[in-house]
Parts: sequence; structure tokens; C-alpha cells
Amino acid sequence: MELLLIDMPRLVQQVIFNSILLVTALLFSIKAKEIYRNIKMGKAEDRSDQPQQRLKNMTLLALGQKKMFRNMIPAVFHLCIYVAFLVTQIELIEIILDGMTGIHRIFWPMLGGFYTFIISFIELLSVFALVATIVFLSRRNLLKVPRFQMDEMSGWPKLDGNIILYVELFLVFCIFTMNTADMVLHNGEYGFLVSGMLMPLFSGFSEGTLHFLERFGWWGHIVAVFAFLIYIPFSKHLHIVLAFPNAYFGALDGGANKGEMANMPRITEEIKLMMDPSLPMPEEDPNAAPARFGAKDVEDLSWKSLLDAYTCTECGRCTDACPANQTGKLLSPRKIMMATRDRLEEKGREVAKNGPEHDDGKALIHDYISAEEVKACTTCNACVEECPVSINPVNIILELRRYLILEEANSPEEWNLMFGNVETNGAVWKLPASDRMKWIDEMNE
Amino acid sequence: MSDNKIKVPLMSEVAANGGEVEVLFWVGCAGSFDDRARKITKAFVKLLNHAGVTFAILGEEEVCTGDPARRAGNEFLFQMQALTNIETLNMYGVKKIVTACPHCFNTLKNEYPVLGGDYEVIHHTQFLQGLLEEGRLTVEGGDFKGKKISFHDSCYLGRANGIYEAPRKLLQALDVELVEMKRCKSRGLCCGAGGAQMFKEEEEGTLRVNQERTKDILETAPDFVAAACPFCMTMLTDGVKEKDKQEEIRVRDIAELIAEAEDL
Ligand code: SF4
Ligand code: SF4
Repeated sequence: MELLLIDMPRLVQQVIFNSILLVTALLFSIKAKEIYRNIKMGKAEDRSDQPQQRLKNMTLLALGQKKMFRNMIPAVFHLCIYVAFLVTQIELIEIILDGMTGIHRIFWPMLGGFYTFIISFIELLSVFALVATIVFLSRRNLLKVPRFQMDEMSGWPKLDGNIILYVELFLVFCIFTMNTADMVLHNGEYGFLVSGMLMPLFSGFSEGTLHFLERFGWWGHIVAVFAFLIYIPFSKHLHIVLAFPNAYFGALDGGANKGEMANMPRITEEIKLMMDPSLPMPEEDPNAAPARFGAKDVEDLSWKSLLDAYTCTECGRCTDACPANQTGKLLSPRKIMMATRDRLEEKGREVAKNGPEHDDGKALIHDYISAEEVKACTTCNACVEECPVSINPVNIILELRRYLILEEANSPEEWNLMFGNVETNGAVWKLPASDRMKWIDEMNE
Repeated sequence: MSDNKIKVPLMSEVAANGGEVEVLFWVGCAGSFDDRARKITKAFVKLLNHAGVTFAILGEEEVCTGDPARRAGNEFLFQMQALTNIETLNMYGVKKIVTACPHCFNTLKNEYPVLGGDYEVIHHTQFLQGLLEEGRLTVEGGDFKGKKISFHDSCYLGRANGIYEAPRKLLQALDVELVEMKRCKSRGLCCGAGGAQMFKEEEEGTLRVNQERTKDILETAPDFVAAACPFCMTMLTDGVKEKDKQEEIRVRDIAELIAEAEDL
């Protein structure tokens, strides 16, 4: 009977485990490929220069979470979860090996005392992560921190934020159920720190119950991890992966030169030709589709903007700092990122189904982001400054503006006046060039 | 006030005479045409003159850098302006440019190089700080000694170009009590003018951006708000005036404060 309960199912468990592992890997890679393909829909932009500086940025911003520390309280709690998550991967490797081979705690005989130390350390971090998770759940649902309550956060984004926190609670619960039951079964032989203290809770249980609890914790943990893995690419939690490449390919100097807008070389060519008609006509690729000026839809944006969209954690630090948003305008940089991602996903499915030529009659501008939002931006870069995962919402906003002006002539009347002044007088106001030096006489009066 | 007239040479004259100047002063549209900003231009030129800096301006040959056109989305117009200016600047072999406008500064410095215009571009606060360090300009607090002054960071100086210290060092040289607003430096709140907003009404909302920023100013209640941008100047002046606080809280460009302290 004992044998049946414990050993027989082990073999079955092994088969079940390996099947789930395979399915998870398959589902994850299908979605990962889709995301990769979607990002590649964006316009080419070279961001491979200065690899050393880029590595440094990635280390500081993604691994080191530098920007998070602009905001101490969430930074500390987020760090707890982050470190626990990273270190728990060691235990996860063991669990996966255990599952694949059917051996219980495969590292224990090899590592002995060091094993006790590692697992105890993981247990300690799990306690910190538990506290942090509870804090985060309360910030979202009880304290109602304003940046989690804005319009764009209703419905799925709110649920998404909570789901992951509940999964985390479940994970920690499973780890301790598993370890404590195992400790009681082995008379504390493993010497784990936290589960050692929890042993009295399980001391009255029968061996069968303990075995069940141990298995429940083990399976619960690993199934939650697999579910998480399948879930991540659909969620804002994709940032745990993409924050790294996004920091690597992000703005180089991590501060300065946020003021530079990407040049449009096609326009430079045209104007140079206008200024000097003797220049040779630029060679045109007759097969190239007539490219749009600015961005109407996601494929007109740089691939980096699309990677940005997938990386966004929907934390709202950008929107919190946005002067337009603070003064009640429709614009929210977080919403810009969320809308870009939603449209990109939609467009990706559309292209997969009907090919890239097919027009689904929708676009990022107007259908997902309104002209009113786009026009409200002061290009102050506060959103870029605050983003912990190296996202630049302004690039998207400005490309959409270029489209509005250059392709739709959708411009406020006052801007048209300003354009007219610049064009005719070389000045933003309707004043003649001869007035440019009036101040000299004033000064010398 | 100095009685001597200050000579402001044109780059074309300098070139015609085969001369050279230390730096080209880029006056900008605001600095040339806007009533309030012209005062900044004059103060800065008095300081240049006082420190014995040789400089010239482009005069009628200067056209808008194109920043507002570009930020509004009109890339054609921006590049027309940029390429015209670059042609002029390169013709005169200009190497070093100083400007009192962070928008001109940003565009000249960061956006002209890919179009063929490579210059050393310096904001006037950096330039003045340089003069101070070299001992070409001495600054004493004068009337400002001990006064409470807050510095409003311009987005295009601060976040866009990482210049936070030069303006503050200048203020400290004035012996003032520098009090920071709760949102300052990289967290500084925009005045609302950037991104071509200066040239249109704001979209519908609850407040204008400068009203939001004015709240920070009133909360800190300094004697002076120091600005380093002609557009911030307009926005903050309007904001303070709207609250009828223009007597208690005066908005000044840093160049004006220094020129005033030096009795220029
Ligand atoms: S740059 Fe635009 S979107 Fe970003 S914070 Fe400033 S106003 Fe908001
Ligand atoms: S863009 Fe950055 S700051 Fe804004 S919500 Fe996304 S992750 Fe947060």
C-alpha cells in the first residue's frame, strides 16, 4: 500500500510532469515567436553601437533597477520580490530535475550543509517576498495608490496586476507547505530555517497526510510556475524578461540627449534638392512601397518603440509625472504604451491571418490614440525620466504628430499660423526680420 | 547703468573685416521679438560686454531654429530652417555658439549635427558660469544677498541635456538662499510651453500646466523665481500674475539677476 501511494504514482508523476513541461515550453515559445515577429514589424533602427555602454546600462537599469530607487517604498518591496524570484530559480532547477528524473531533492546528497544554507536562504527571501506581495496587494486594492486607479487601468490591466500577486502568494504558500511537510517527514534532517520553525504546525499529521502535503506543495509550486510562464507573455509581467533587452537598446547616455528627435533623411534629401537643384536625384527603389511620413500605425514606428510597448509594466510612474495628465488632459503616457501594445497584438494577428497587405480599416492613430492626446504633449520628457524599464513614450507621440501634420494636415489653427510665420518670416511670430535687432537700439537708448 | 553704447557686431561685418570672435550669440525668436525676453537678451549682452567677451550675432540672417515646427510634427519646415541656418553658420565658419534659449540650445546642439551643422553649443548659464570660473566675471550678491530664490528647471536644459548645476552655481555665487521647489531637477515640472504648446491653447483639462507649476512656486514662496528659458519666463510670469503675487514673487532670468547685481 505504502509502495502504491508513494512509489507507483512517482512514475506516473514523472510522466505527467514531463508532459506538462513540454506543453509549457511549446506554448511559451509559440507566444515568444509571435512577439518577436510583431516587434520586427517595426521600422529598422540601428541600436547596436557602443555595446559596452549598453551592457553597462543594462546592468545598472535592468539588473540593478536603478530607476526604481527614485521611489523608495515600492523600490524596496519590489526588490524583495525581485531577489526572491532570482534566487528561487536555483530551487526551481532542482524541482524540474526532480520532476524529470523522479528523484527526491536531487541536490541534497551532493551538497549537504550547503544545500541547507541555500534552501534556508530561499525560505528567508520568500518570507520577504510574501510581505512585499501583501504590501503591493494593499497598495493596489486598499490604499488605492492613485496611479493604479486611472481610467486605463480598469478591467483587464487591473486584474492582470492582481493575478500575478495572488499567484505569488500561492507560490510562497506551496514552498512552505512542501518544505515543512518534508522536514517533519525527515525529522528535521534538512535543517531548513523557516520551515524548521513551522514544523509544530504539521507535527500531529499522519505520514500519509504529510506525504500528501509535500506532494501538494511540490505540484502546486511547479504547476503555478508553469502557468506563470505561459501567462507572462500575455501580461504586463513580460517586463521581467524584456526589461533587459529594452535597457540594452535604450537611450545611450541614460540621461542626456533625450532632446534629440530622430531625423527623417528622406525629407533632408528633398530639401537639399530644393535648395540646390543641381544635386543628383536620390536613387529610388522602384519596388519599395511608398513610405508614410510619421506613424499612422504600429508598423510605422521604430522596432524599439514596439519593444517598449511589450516591456511596459503599466506601473504609471510616467503618467504620474506627466504635466498634461496632472492638469486633466486626456494624455497619459502609460496609455500610449498600452494602446500601442494592444494594437500591435491585434495587427500581428491580422497580418498572420490575412497577410501584410490586408487593411483591417483600423490604425493606431484615431482608433487607439486620439489626436487630442497626441497634441497635448509638452515633450517635457518627465515620462522618459521616470520609466524604470527604459521606455520612451515621447518617441511614439512625436511620430504620431508627424503623421497628423504631414499626412493629414490635422493641425490646430494656431500651429498653422506659427508654421506660416516661420515659413515667411523665419520667426515664430508675425514680425519682420528687420525687427530682429530692435533690442540693440533699446539697449543703447 | 553704463552710458557707453554697447557695440553688437553682425557676423557678416566680422567676416567682411576678416575678424574673428570668441562666440556667436544666438538670440533666438523669443530673445529678438518677445518684449519680456528682449530684457534677458540685453542683460546677457551687457554681461558679455562687461566680461570682455568678443561676440557677434547673425542679425537678420538668423531664422528660427525650427524647434517648435519640429515638435509640432512639421519636419519639412524644421529641416528648411535647419538647413538654411546651417548654410549660414558654416559659411561664416562658426565654431562656438551661445544662446539663452534652451530650445534653440537643444536643437542646435543635438539636432543640427546629423544635418551637417557641428558646433560647440553652450547655454548662457553654462557660459556665464565658465566666465565666473575663469575669473572674467565677478559676481557679488548686492541686493540679492540672502534673498530666497528658487530655480525653475527648464525641461530642455535639465532632463533633455542634464544641465542642473550651472544655473544653481550662478545663483549661489549671488549669495542667495537657494530654496528648491518640491519638484526640481530631474523631477522638475514643466512650465507648459515646450513641444510647441507655447503656440496654441492647451487641450481641455482642469488646469493649465503653468497654473499647476505656480502652485509649487506659491508653496515655496521665494522672493525670486529664477528661470533660464524665455518660454518658461512667459509661463511662470503669467502664472504668478494670475495669482496676483507678482509683487512678492518676481520671476527673473539668471542673466538678469547677475546683471542687476553688477549694476549693469
Ligand atoms: S513628454 Fe509628454 S507624455 Fe511625457 S510626461 Fe511630458 S507631457 Fe507627458
Ligand atoms: S512606460 Fe514605463 S513608467 Fe510608464 S507605465 Fe510603462 S513601465 Fe511604467
